[in-house]
Amino acid sequence: MSSGKKTVPFQGTKEQEEQLQKVIAAHKGEKGALMPVLQQAQEIYGYLPVEVQRMISEGMQIPMSKICGVVTFYSFYSLYPKGKYKISVCLGTACYVKGSNQVYEKLQQVLGIGGGECTPDGKFSLEACRCVGACGLAPVMMINDDVHGRLSPDSVEEILAKYE
Amino acid sequence: MIKTIEGLRSISSQKKASVGFRHPGSKERDSYERHVLVCAGTGCTSSGSVKIADRLEEDIAAKGLKDKVCVIRTGCHGLCALGPVMIIYPEASFYSNVSIDHIDEIVDEHLAKGNVVTKYLYQETVTEQGVIPMNDTDFYRKQHRVALQNCGVIDPENVDEYIATGGYEALHKVLTTMSREDVVGVLERSGLRGRGGAGFPTGTKWKFAMGSTGQKYVCCNADEGDPGAFMDRSVLEGDPHVVFEAMAIAGYVIGSDQGYIYVRAEYPIAIHRLEIALKQAREYGLLGKDIFGTGFDFDIDLRLGAGAFVCGEETALMTSIEGNRGEPRPRPPFPAVKGLFDKPTILNNVETWANIPRIIMNGADWFASMGTEKSKGTKVFALGGKIQNVGLVEIPMGTTLREIVEEIGGGVPNGKKFKAAQTGGPSGGCIPASDFDVEIDYDNLVAIGSMMGSGGLIVMDEDDCMVDIAKFFLEFTVDESCGKCTPCRVGNKRLLEILEKITEGKATMEDLDKLEKLANLIKKTSLCALGQTAPNPVLSTLKHFRDEYVAHIQDKKCPAGKCKALLNYAIDPEKCIGCGLCAKNCPADAISGEKKKPHTIDTSKCVKCGSCIEKCKKDAIYKK
Repeated sequence: MSSGKKTVPFQGTKEQEEQLQKVIAAHKGEKGALMPVLQQAQEIYGYLPVEVQRMISEGMQIPMSKICGVVTFYSFYSLYPKGKYKISVCLGTACYVKGSNQVYEKLQQVLGIGGGECTPDGKFSLEACRCVGACGLAPVMMINDDVHGRLSPDSVEEILAKYE
Repeated sequence: MIKTIEGLRSISSQKKASVGFRHPGSKERDSYERHVLVCAGTGCTSSGSVKIADRLEEDIAAKGLKDKVCVIRTGCHGLCALGPVMIIYPEASFYSNVSIDHIDEIVDEHLAKGNVVTKYLYQETVTEQGVIPMNDTDFYRKQHRVALQNCGVIDPENVDEYIATGGYEALHKVLTTMSREDVVGVLERSGLRGRGGAGFPTGTKWKFAMGSTGQKYVCCNADEGDPGAFMDRSVLEGDPHVVFEAMAIAGYVIGSDQGYIYVRAEYPIAIHRLEIALKQAREYGLLGKDIFGTGFDFDIDLRLGAGAFVCGEETALMTSIEGNRGEPRPRPPFPAVKGLFDKPTILNNVETWANIPRIIMNGADWFASMGTEKSKGTKVFALGGKIQNVGLVEIPMGTTLREIVEEIGGGVPNGKKFKAAQTGGPSGGCIPASDFDVEIDYDNLVAIGSMMGSGGLIVMDEDDCMVDIAKFFLEFTVDESCGKCTPCRVGNKRLLEILEKITEGKATMEDLDKLEKLANLIKKTSLCALGQTAPNPVLSTLKHFRDEYVAHIQDKKCPAGKCKALLNYAIDPEKCIGCGLCAKNCPADAISGEKKKPHTIDTSKCVKCGSCIEKCKKDAIYKK
């Protein structure tokens, strides 16, 4: 599971592990429970590193190979930690025809990272997403839960400056 | 617990006046003098409608109007481009682009004194003859809301409001007065076809699952993955109970006690409202054991998708609910025979479900009276891209593209020329201006090389390169291909590589032939709908815009000026005043020249980022 992506070592806490074990216990034996467990595990840790996958594997008696297969199949699951501020640029069709790819390029340039990466200080992570459904504001990006709409490449730096 | 029709109607009668009040010209009166309906769908929430609703409530309380005015947070009204929107009844005043700064004045004038603040209204409703109802504006006039009838009217977090619109009466009618065959008969006669894309007759689908006995499942496909489409989300956000009611009806017909709604994790508001609605429906006993005292059990669980487009395909969706990689399975066996957990299953998409209770209550003939010969009813479209009125519209089948784009959509902005409309997302195709007057229904769209899809409709203008658009969709499908079958996994990648060659000006006419052959081969041989339809954007743009492909290949030109590799930037010496702004902003130091004299661009250094064009105040820089 090595890759050239910029990331940080796993720093899970005891409390997080306890929370995860509770989730596993609640779903054990339920049909098709793996995805709900992975979703909640990601909420607890922010991402799904191999250490977390191993805990789920042991707790639910599901082979690592299957868990890893599911985690890597879905784009919603992340193997890498996200930044304090998670930036998702919409590359859905409505945003694309209004120039969201230029916004995405500009962000990569300004932050010095590629898509799916996190700045070394852990502040910003960047990714592309498909349609947040705010097509009326296209092109849009989300920073955590805030939607920023009607963007241009020029407006990017000003918006980033608001996030300390 | 509601066990009888009287129980249902007693709740309905308490709220009926209040909900009925919210229609233009309604005769109903409520204990509140005025209702303020603030859109709390995703579109308006993104532009700040939650803050507006909060502020309104504070202001109303502070000004002592709490007993006279109530604020209701509704689902989508459709006109997302002008969000946040709100409507005040009884005047049916439609306020658009509402900002926090307008609230004070609207509360003081309209809510306290009854004076409509015309300057903040949706300007289409303001005419020389006075303020006209929103339903008379171009955007709404031709719309006919069936699936969306409650969206933007009721409070989706209050089950009583749904019941007041006649909600759950269809379920009661089915359980107490209709046989399973009766229900299927009504659906078949209504002509309802699946709104998820393929258009399979819903009644027929249900019939297939009726035969056998034992455990069965009912699924709702709410994994609306087609980028730029948000019809299903709007129904879930604005009217969640209609989906439960319809699924329970299906449960009765096929003999199932368990339903699953597979909803995208990217739709947090929809999920939140579904959770609230589930809880309320269970509390009333409208889901759960012994519904309406008939002995019929049915419950629903939510399953969250995790961002895989292929999971919109029915067999992949079921594989995903089972907790696996969402890979499709070969059909037959069809899900109606062997579906979720290998049991007979029926799956319909959200919009299809939303039509069903209304068909049961109003009858098959009512539904069949709308639409065209083979496509009955209405269809919801998400209008997006280069169009004035971006938003959600519901129109009778058979409406022409011209009516949608020019009348309802308000045309292409900035005086640009319409080039094509894309329907069906990554599985669909482009409709050129020459097919502007084709009546839109399932079969006509297929005949002109596109498809209905789930209802995304993206408008493109003269600045959009059709080869680039085909490439954009193919990048998407290559990215989203699950990898199970070779034609899709390998074939689409090769297809994309040819398109890249074309947009870089490195392709030959031979490549164009290869592109077409390979596209047809992938269509015929892929395992599931994702692969079978992935080449559609290529084939339909080839069909209607072949000359653009040829221009890229033979003339090494991109007529729309989009494909970077085929462009050069240049400065018009007649217009350039030598201000140096472009040179200062050029990241590649490609621009030089003396002060106050025309500058030039060194094309060997230029990275074609376009920042000089943006900065130039004299429009002196152009692409050639």
